Amino acid sequence: MWNAVVRWRRNSGLTQPRVGDPLSATLSAEGRSDDTLLDRLQRAAFDYFPRTVNPLNGLVPDTTRKGAPSSIAVVGLALSAYPVGVERGWMERAEAVHRTLAALQFFLHSDQSGGVQATGHRGFYFHFLDMDRGTRVWLSELSLIDTAMLMAGVLTAATYFTAETSEETELRRLAEALYRRVEWRWAQREGSAVTHGWKPEWGFLNYGWEGYSEAILLYVLGLGSPTYPLTDQSYPAWTVTYQWENLYGHDFLYAGPLFIHQFSHAWLDFRGIRDQFMREKNCDYFENSRRATYVQREYAMRNPHCYTGYTQNCWGISAGEGPSAAPRFVAGRRQAFLGYAARGVPYGPDDGTIAGSSTVSSLVFAPEIVLPALRNMVRGASGGDDRWIRASGFNQTVCEADLSDWVSNGEFGLDQGILVLMIENYRSGLLWRLGRGNPYLRTGLRRAGFRGGWLSC
Amino acid sequence: MLSAENRYDRDLCTNVRPPGWCNPRPRDPYHLLIIGAGPAGLVAARAAAERGARVALIERDRLGGDCLNYGCVPSKPLIRSSRLYAEMRNADNYGVRVPADIQIDFPKAMERMRRIRMRVGRTDSASLLMAEGIDVFFGAARFISGDAVEVGGARLRFKKAMIATGARAMVPSIPGLAEAGYLTSESAFDLSVLPRSLLVIGGGPIGCELAQAFCRFGVRTVIAHKEPYFLPCEERDAAQMVADTMARDGVEIHLNAAAVKVRVEGATKYVETINDGTTVTIAVDQILTGIGRLPTVEGLGLEVAGVAYDAENGVQVDDFLRTTNRCIYAAGDVCLEHKFTDTADASARIVVHNALLLGRQRLSALTIPWCTYTDPEIAHVGLYVRQARERGIPVKTFTVPMHDVDRAVADGEEDGFVKLHVREGTDRILGATVVARHAGEMINGISLAMVAGIGLRTIARVIHTYPTQAEAIRMAAHAYMRTRRSPVMRWLQRQWINW
Repeated sequence: MWNAVVRWRRNSGLTQPRVGDPLSATLSAEGRSDDTLLDRLQRAAFDYFPRTVNPLNGLVPDTTRKGAPSSIAVVGLALSAYPVGVERGWMERAEAVHRTLAALQFFLHSDQSGGVQATGHRGFYFHFLDMDRGTRVWLSELSLIDTAMLMAGVLTAATYFTAETSEETELRRLAEALYRRVEWRWAQREGSAVTHGWKPEWGFLNYGWEGYSEAILLYVLGLGSPTYPLTDQSYPAWTVTYQWENLYGHDFLYAGPLFIHQFSHAWLDFRGIRDQFMREKNCDYFENSRRATYVQREYAMRNPHCYTGYTQNCWGISAGEGPSAAPRFVAGRRQAFLGYAARGVPYGPDDGTIAGSSTVSSLVFAPEIVLPALRNMVRGASGGDDRWIRASGFNQTVCEADLSDWVSNGEFGLDQGILVLMIENYRSGLLWRLGRGNPYLRTGLRRAGFRGGWLSC
Repeated sequence: MLSAENRYDRDLCTNVRPPGWCNPRPRDPYHLLIIGAGPAGLVAARAAAERGARVALIERDRLGGDCLNYGCVPSKPLIRSSRLYAEMRNADNYGVRVPADIQIDFPKAMERMRRIRMRVGRTDSASLLMAEGIDVFFGAARFISGDAVEVGGARLRFKKAMIATGARAMVPSIPGLAEAGYLTSESAFDLSVLPRSLLVIGGGPIGCELAQAFCRFGVRTVIAHKEPYFLPCEERDAAQMVADTMARDGVEIHLNAAAVKVRVEGATKYVETINDGTTVTIAVDQILTGIGRLPTVEGLGLEVAGVAYDAENGVQVDDFLRTTNRCIYAAGDVCLEHKFTDTADASARIVVHNALLLGRQRLSALTIPWCTYTDPEIAHVGLYVRQARERGIPVKTFTVPMHDVDRAVADGEEDGFVKLHVREGTDRILGATVVARHAGEMINGISLAMVAGIGLRTIARVIHTYPTQAEAIRMAAHAYMRTRRSPVMRWLQRQWINW
């Protein structure tokens, strides 16, 4: 249907409106208010979870693609999204509790031997698990950041479901047990910093966290643990690698991909609280993400590689799926196309792929530039749908055989989850309220050196 | 009749290792006896001789050392040829038509390299050095006491000595590698035929430069690097940018991949690598190792002279470049962490000053820039951000991407950036990284500013020729100036102008 519309437009001489056209800016909302637009988008993203979850174990697939395993990070996002669904009336509370309990019970009773086909080890979990058996697949690593996102979901659920019913009491007990079981300190390596992960075949991965990233969530959770906390030295050992840059006229804590400036913010309300680094810079991480969002737009306006579609209302370079097409010349430059990759600005890699979900997930930081981009992307996606936003990526430089723009197939759980959470934070601040109310997160933030704002209360 | 290849090498040898050379009769005790006639040794010998010192210069192989014979000098012509070939394939983008069947003539490229090496080597000829009053000895030198050296059966006494024996290519200990045969950054310049495929073990500067050059010549090139990061000593963004460019050239980069075994079947070499427990076998014609360099300290009799050293870090020196024997100094790769020709040169000048003129110049006072000659180049000087933060120095970086620089856009050389690291709240430059086609040229202006104590405020006032790529440095300085204007100042200025 969609392709047919595109063919008709091209055959009839009506070119598809490009994102960023002045005309599209005025027409794109199509009469819908921003809130309606956001509500539809958030609801569609939320539906990913009840639609794809395995009800027996609560596992949620990484993508909608056939045979996709579960990603533990996506499970964490699902556990965080269920309270949103309840608040918005998209899911019965009992169903949300039921699905959450299924996941928590599965993880608590899973194989923690660390074997090649186990589910986890020392309270951490392998990145990808078989949807049915819950065992490790793809030789994936015991992932610290993905475990952190899972635990963020676990704690969110425990903070939200506070009724004194037997189910919700059990839910809180399971959540507490899961969080307390994580041996964060075990993952501290050389120089006190935390490693990326561990493999049964190899041991700890060589990679460490260098430069600002979403690992701030990992550190806060690790520092807040009442059982196996990270040492006080761990956080400074990481933040010493930060780079404070002036780029395109903005001073900010540099990280290239946009998602880095968003994922921790799904659970942690960084408004007005500052660690030592941000005190020195007279900034906070929320303001930093706002500036990073503007840097992204600046880059798209400069469009140094002359990709099709990059404009002031079409930007968002981040991790996601792009085309895996053969290299070709774009504006005189031989350009490779990277498939699934972490893209970033301004140093790249950049192959013309926009991650629409990352654009919208900056809504809370800079709605004045995100909403126009959202409207334009809806307008641009041939028919006013949210295809460009909910797909993992789209690329207007690479055309499909039918001359339509390349759009990633299916849906990715990470994209849907972050959309649900960040739109909710924009609309109601629910996830932030839950995060602020969690004693472990508060402890973790304080031990990381955060002061001021709501943490003073 | 000699082939050009042999003729240029013969002429080079005539200069840097004359056949039938007779060592001069010692005029000892020498004011300065130098072991090793690479960049450090040559610079020190000339500087000392100019000051009227009796100087002995001992070389066991060729004058000029690694730099002239196996390193910087021969690699650059090859890099230039490969870049030209790559540009020709992209000429259409510049509105230039080239024949469809352009081909690389590798023997001719190598001949050009030999001709250039021979030409550069003329200035370091043994006869010229003798004419400058330097006694040149060929042979392996060995300390026989704390104030004497033996070379070619002769005993040479000295008042002061300098060890400048340089470094040599490090070879990884991989089972089967020796049997399979391999190239190093030294022997790679002896190739006469291009291999069809090449595995470069090591993702450091040497490996990357040669990998990119060979790949551009049309060789299927793979880099296996055991560390998780490419060019591990460089800033991550810089390394990533070069990695992306090399990937566009066609270099396959395997990170976190340790080569563990080599076997040969027919003419093919199979190299097993392990990446986080996963084994991958890479089949190639040739293997090139580029994992770094080790100081040359063996066979010098350093123990006899009371000079402390170790195999990995070389000769132990203090900040005045003095060894544990107060009469013996060291300079260059044999003792320095930064194994660069320019640093060897600077360290040799410090030694001459300190050893002969009672000077107190310090190694730590040097501002040392360096450059990796990939395309784009990466050049760095001073502190990295991390180093500054580890020392408790508040640091802010002013970044100008090359895609904001008109000349870079015009030249189609937009991959890169200038980053100036400044002490927060001041305009003092702590360090800088430049990624650009000619980053090595651009870094020199920043080094000058750092040494002279010139801050960004002054740089912002300096007119930079337009359009040049070095204008990026001025743009960074202007970015700094914009941050100097407080909101109150901006408001006042607006009020004044609109009054």
